[in-house]
Parts: sequence; structure tokens; C-alpha cells
Amino acid sequence: MRRVVITGSGTINALGRDVPGTLEAFKNGVCGISELAFRDVERLAIRIGGQVHGWDGAEHFDRQQLTLYDRFTQFTLHAARQAIEQSGLSFSGELAERCGVVLGTAAGGVTTWDESYRTVYEDGKNRVHPFVVPRLMNNAAASHVSMQYNLLGPSYTVATACSSSNHAMGQAFHMVRSGMSEAVVTGGSESMLCFGGVKAWEGLRVMSRDACRPFSANRNGMVQGEGAAVFVFEDYEHARARGAPILAEVIGFGMTSDGADIVMPSADGAARAMRGALRDAGIDAGSVGYINAHGTGTAANDRTECAAVRMVFGDHADDLMISSTKSMHGHIIGGTGAVELLACVMALHDGVVAPTIGFEAPDPACDLDVVPNTAREAPVEVALSNAFAFGGFNAVLALRRI
Amino acid sequence: MAENVRDKVIEIIAEQAVLDVEDVRMDATLDELGIDSLGLVEAIFAIEEAFDISVPFNANDPSETDFDISSVAAIVSAVEHLVAEQAE
Repeated sequence: MRRVVITGSGTINALGRDVPGTLEAFKNGVCGISELAFRDVERLAIRIGGQVHGWDGAEHFDRQQLTLYDRFTQFTLHAARQAIEQSGLSFSGELAERCGVVLGTAAGGVTTWDESYRTVYEDGKNRVHPFVVPRLMNNAAASHVSMQYNLLGPSYTVATACSSSNHAMGQAFHMVRSGMSEAVVTGGSESMLCFGGVKAWEGLRVMSRDACRPFSANRNGMVQGEGAAVFVFEDYEHARARGAPILAEVIGFGMTSDGADIVMPSADGAARAMRGALRDAGIDAGSVGYINAHGTGTAANDRTECAAVRMVFGDHADDLMISSTKSMHGHIIGGTGAVELLACVMALHDGVVAPTIGFEAPDPACDLDVVPNTAREAPVEVALSNAFAFGGFNAVLALRRI
Repeated sequence: MAENVRDKVIEIIAEQAVLDVEDVRMDATLDELGIDSLGLVEAIFAIEEAFDISVPFNANDPSETDFDISSVAAIVSAVEHLVAEQAE
């Protein structure tokens, strides 16, 4: 089987519009969560989020493109350009036919749904824009990446709620490892910070009105974010032969289903996913130095996740670092695993572990080293990235320093 | 009015618990009635719709607000309080 490495990365999120800006914010423990700004926000009970403020698609795309690009597609293309440029790859001939794009999103073009429904229901119009369907479809972002970069091989979109981009990147890893593709463009995107999107989340009563404080005893819920991160996963030999930059190696992927509850997490399902990633990578639990937690800041997730880490790592749980960058960029739902993978790459490549900010008081149910409030310099050989979705679908990636 | 609030709240809880109204005791806890966290969130939504009120409840920290869910009687009294507040 082939070894798989990451040769390009790109992002846009509340912390920055590229990877260096985002990593700088991680290192400084910057909070990107702020007052939401969009139409009808005054009718919401939840008014904070990790919103990308001041984004103007017209600065990046022409009029023809914009009629087809929902905000989640714009974010994807913005991140994909950075990743593919960094990798130095261009796709033509046989390589183009073997390479593809696999992206995650939970809900696709939510803003487009929202605006179209507003037009017909609230404004009472009987006509909507002709491109509503190609804008809102979940695979729109992946399709535009494939069209723009001539990726002609296997491409698709994965939707498993909050695990979407981890599942997508796991699939990309499998495709390169098995020899199906030399390179796969992968990651995820989400943008549901609009009136209908946040209103739907409000209903569940799991959202915080003031801050995302993962693992802190006084945490009171999740805060939603938006954005994208895209990576190039590439065959190690292929990357080495062309002298490509190598950011980290992807060494394992574990996925499980709780088979239990549509919203409540399960420690057993999470633990089996982490064990699966370790087994797939062929490494011992003791070699893991950092876990990027799912860490949503809800009472249930954080308690359950910490219990699962103890089940998998035993005494070593006290020696490893685990942090949730959602405290800074918010929960980017189907794109969150992709943005969070940047923190894993930073830990492995730069030797800096991103903090869990907003940490105010220890919770006995979360008694792990959560890297509270301040980033930490520490050499990390192996990192895990956790994603545990509503619906009980868990996906964990394992990465190694190279 | 108070009688109506109680009857309506019990009706909503009974529907969530898949019980007859007369089987919902005032001192019963939601746990005893078999109502889980999802059922609770749905019941609160039904209460908000029925009385056109806003119930301050965060599933992460039920004790954060003074909306007491420790028993059927506590919920009835909390809803009565909110309805009265709204009438003021």
C-alpha cells in the first residue's frame, strides 16, 4: 500500500482567509466568534457565531461565476486554490483522469435555500432564480473544483453532519493509499450562518448565547462557525519525485457508528473510532501526543469524548494533549474536521499545539490536559483528529510528522 | 386560567410520554415518565407554541435558568409563572 502525504492546504474561516493567518490565530489563542450580522438576526435568540465578516464574493469571482456559487462553494474554491497552488500540481492527461475531489458538507447551499424560500414564502413571489438547484446541491462545491482544476477521476461529496469532512478526507486517504489516485483534493465546507440556518439550530437548545468553552465546567453549549479547508492528499513517492512540499503524513482512519441515538453521543462509538484509526495506522496508543478534539462545548459531547479518550489511552491519557479549536472558529459543522486538521498539521509540522480558549474552570468529567487558553510548544509525532456526528457517525484521522 | 395551564401542560407531557392524561402524576419526574432529552426539548417547543411564550431552557445546563423541570408540578408552576409574566 502507498504512503499518503499532505502537499497542500488552504482555508477560510473566522480566524483568517488563508492558512498562515489561521495558524497565527491558533498560536495566539484568538477568538473569531463575534456578533452575527445578516438579515433578520434580531429575530434570533442566538446571535453569536464564527462568521467570516466582510466577505465579498465579487472580489474573488466574476458575475457569471457568482450566479452559480453559493457561499459554501465560494469558500471551497477560495481554499482549494491555496491548497492546489501550494502543492504545485497541475492536472492533465492520465494524471487528471486518475485524480478527483472528495469534499464534506452537511447541508450544502443553505443560504441559497434560505433566500429562495424567502422569495416564495415571505415575499410571495412565484419565480426564483433559475440556478437555485445547481447552487444549493451538496456536490456543487466539489463539482466546481473538479471543473476548475480539470480533476476528471472519482469525485463526490460526503454528508455525515459534523463528521462530513473527516469522512471525506478518510475516503481520499483510502483512494490514494490503495493506488486508485495519485492525488485527491479533499476537505470540506459549510456556511449555514443565515436566519433559517441558525433558527433551526436554536430549536435544539444546545447553543450558547455567549461563548464556546469546551471542557470548561461552566460550558453552556456550542457556537456555530462557517468556512472551509481543503487539502491535497498525495502518494508519497509521487510527491517526493516532483520535490513537492510535504506538510504531514496521513497514516490511519477509523470510522464507526454508535447505532444508538440520533443526537446523544456514545463513548463506546467514539472509542472504537479512535482505536480503529490507531489499528489502521499500525501504531500504539502511547505514540499519540495530540488529539484535536471534537470538543463542541456541549455538556454531553465533552464529557463523553473525555471518557472515550480514557477508555482508549488508559494512563497515557494523562500524558497527551487534547484541545478544541472550535473555541476559536466555532463549529463549522460539515467543514469542521477540515479546518481542525490544520491544527494537527501545525502540531506536527511547527511543534505548536493550539489551545482550547475560553477555559475558565476545570470539570472533573473532563480531567485531561486540554491546553487551556495558551498555545504550547511541544514536539508531536502523531496526532489524531476526532469528529463525532449527530446520527452517531464517528470518523477519526491519524497523522504523523514527516 | 391556572387550571387550564395545568391541564394543557399535562396533556403535552402525556403526549410525549405516550400515556393517558390521568396517568401523569403531578409528582412524577420526566425520567419516571420515560421522557428523554429529545422528548423534553419537543415538549418545551409544544408548550411555547400552546401558550405563545418563550421558555428559557438550555439543554446543556438545565439549572442555568429558573425553569424547573424536576417534576410535572414544577413544570406546571414554571409555565404558570411565565404565562402570568407575559400577561403583565
